[in-house]
Amino acid sequence: MEPLLKGTNLVKRYGKVTALDHCDFDLYPGEILAVIGDNGAGKSTLIKAISGAVVPDEGEIRLEGRPVRFSSPIEARAAGIETVYQTLAMSPALSIADNMFMGRELRAPGIMGSVFRKLDRPRMEKFAREKLNELGLMTIQNINQAVETLSGGQRQGVAVARAAAFGSKVVILDEPTAALGVKESRRVLELIRDVRARGIPIILISHNMPHVFEVADRIHIHRLGRRLCVIKPGEHSMSDAVAYMTGAKVPDGVVEQA
Amino acid sequence: MTDAKTASSFEEGLKGASEKVAEFHEDKSALKRVQHWLHQTPSAVPLIVLMVALAVFGILAENFFKAGTLTVILQQIAIVGILGCAQTIVILTAGIDLSVGAIAVFSSVLMGQATFRYGVPAELAIAIGLVLGTAMGAVNGLLIAKMKLPPFIATLGTWQILLSANFIFSANETIRSSDIAAQAPALQFWGGSIQPGGVKILYAVFLMIALVAIMAYVLRSTAWGRHVYATGDDPQAAELAGVPTSKVIIQVYALAGFFCAIAGWVMIGRFGSVSPTASTGQLGNIQSITAVVIGGISLFGGRGSIMGMFFGALIVGVFEMGLRLVGTDPQWTFFLIGVLIIFAVAVDQWIRKVAS
Repeated sequence: MEPLLKGTNLVKRYGKVTALDHCDFDLYPGEILAVIGDNGAGKSTLIKAISGAVVPDEGEIRLEGRPVRFSSPIEARAAGIETVYQTLAMSPALSIADNMFMGRELRAPGIMGSVFRKLDRPRMEKFAREKLNELGLMTIQNINQAVETLSGGQRQGVAVARAAAFGSKVVILDEPTAALGVKESRRVLELIRDVRARGIPIILISHNMPHVFEVADRIHIHRLGRRLCVIKPGEHSMSDAVAYMTGAKVPDGVVEQA
Repeated sequence: MTDAKTASSFEEGLKGASEKVAEFHEDKSALKRVQHWLHQTPSAVPLIVLMVALAVFGILAENFFKAGTLTVILQQIAIVGILGCAQTIVILTAGIDLSVGAIAVFSSVLMGQATFRYGVPAELAIAIGLVLGTAMGAVNGLLIAKMKLPPFIATLGTWQILLSANFIFSANETIRSSDIAAQAPALQFWGGSIQPGGVKILYAVFLMIALVAIMAYVLRSTAWGRHVYATGDDPQAAELAGVPTSKVIIQVYALAGFFCAIAGWVMIGRFGSVSPTASTGQLGNIQSITAVVIGGISLFGGRGSIMGMFFGALIVGVFEMGLRLVGTDPQWTFFLIGVLIIFAVAVDQWIRKVAS
């Protein structure tokens, strides 16, 4: 099977620091790929390179076999790659519907839309309500309520729903459960599975090993700016994974370069 | 294996716990409900204050509720109301524009001097003034969005620069009202009026109401309006969500400059003459910020409505007129406006706590 998203030989340097050191990356259709790594291993740079927030110095990214080069998150979004940032990137005072459509608003049909630039509120609200319902966020009653009146889990849910609604190719989730309680984390993990069930592959960045081992199909272990190995959660234990990513243990068949 | 909903072992403890995930707890307390209502309709507070002020002055001053009195109030706030439109969009982006009055006065001087010194036809002179006013606003926007200067400092600088440039360029000359009426009546257009039933209503009043209505529509019902709110609310989040925040900020300050230039044109109509020493140059910023703040628009950006600013300007006008009719010391006006400003900011802080 061909990877849907493939990074080859990616290099990113910040001055004398090499954050990405000839790194490879593969995401296959329909899978949940977890990316784990110690702090400073360069996993956020890798994710930024894929989501368009950083332009790699060298290397190539291919989406469905075609080379792509994103110079901003907006370009990556246009190509169907949606990112849920750790900060969620939502405007607290604006409504759920406004936030879901921020930067890609729908305009009313006819002259009201083309000349007077009127938003198509009913259509945006209907769409937002449908997407939240699809992901089982039924407890949100009023689509026009300000995001800041939602709980942490609900906000995360809205952000995931936004990404799932527009991310036609890939959804990237950066630490989606880091700020959540046990019950809310569970709900977000279910959301992640729901998104995959709809055929969209997911890149999950997380430090939470139980969550990673529970939902991931494959685990990309990042170390010293490159991919150390990819493991399957069924074949390795959590302590193996932690040992690999911290360098305490070297996986079979991998020669670690000094 | 991953399809099995095998919860991690530590989650065993969840068994028997409520299945509800982060549901709403509808708070029944009346105060909470008021807080939520105000959160959604931020212009309600100034509207209530306005109604109370109207009622109180209606009782205290017997000739307050005359059509003549009310139209004079509208006439008095026409310029502040237009400057307030400029200040509103700027403050919604969490900025501030101290140069609004200076741009207005300088634009009016440019319109007047273009006509009288350079012999440009009045209509073209007006267009030049509007374009240059917009350009002055755009400079503010560039300083803030591109050079990342704090809005307060950037516009504190341009305020002084524009006001002094205005004095130097005009050589402190006033163009007399009678000359303008004779040679360039278009400059005084907004001072014209209709008089239904003997009550004089200036065109300037209709212009102000039209601008407020247009901006209310733009801010509420267009994508650009939503982007203005998002930029003020959380610029990083807006940027990541795909809002070109730098562009929005430059556009906002340029549009504010355009509104100020319109206010400058209206000033010629209101005062008759073109004067570089018009008090708007020094006080326009404070008056417009007062209207915005009393109108319940948050100085921290992203919250409030332009209708609130309109009510805020009306409150100031009603206080001035009402207290004059009652016959008190005019200083009470400023005393009460000061109290209102503090009240409005306190209410804003309280409404913001709705999230917690």
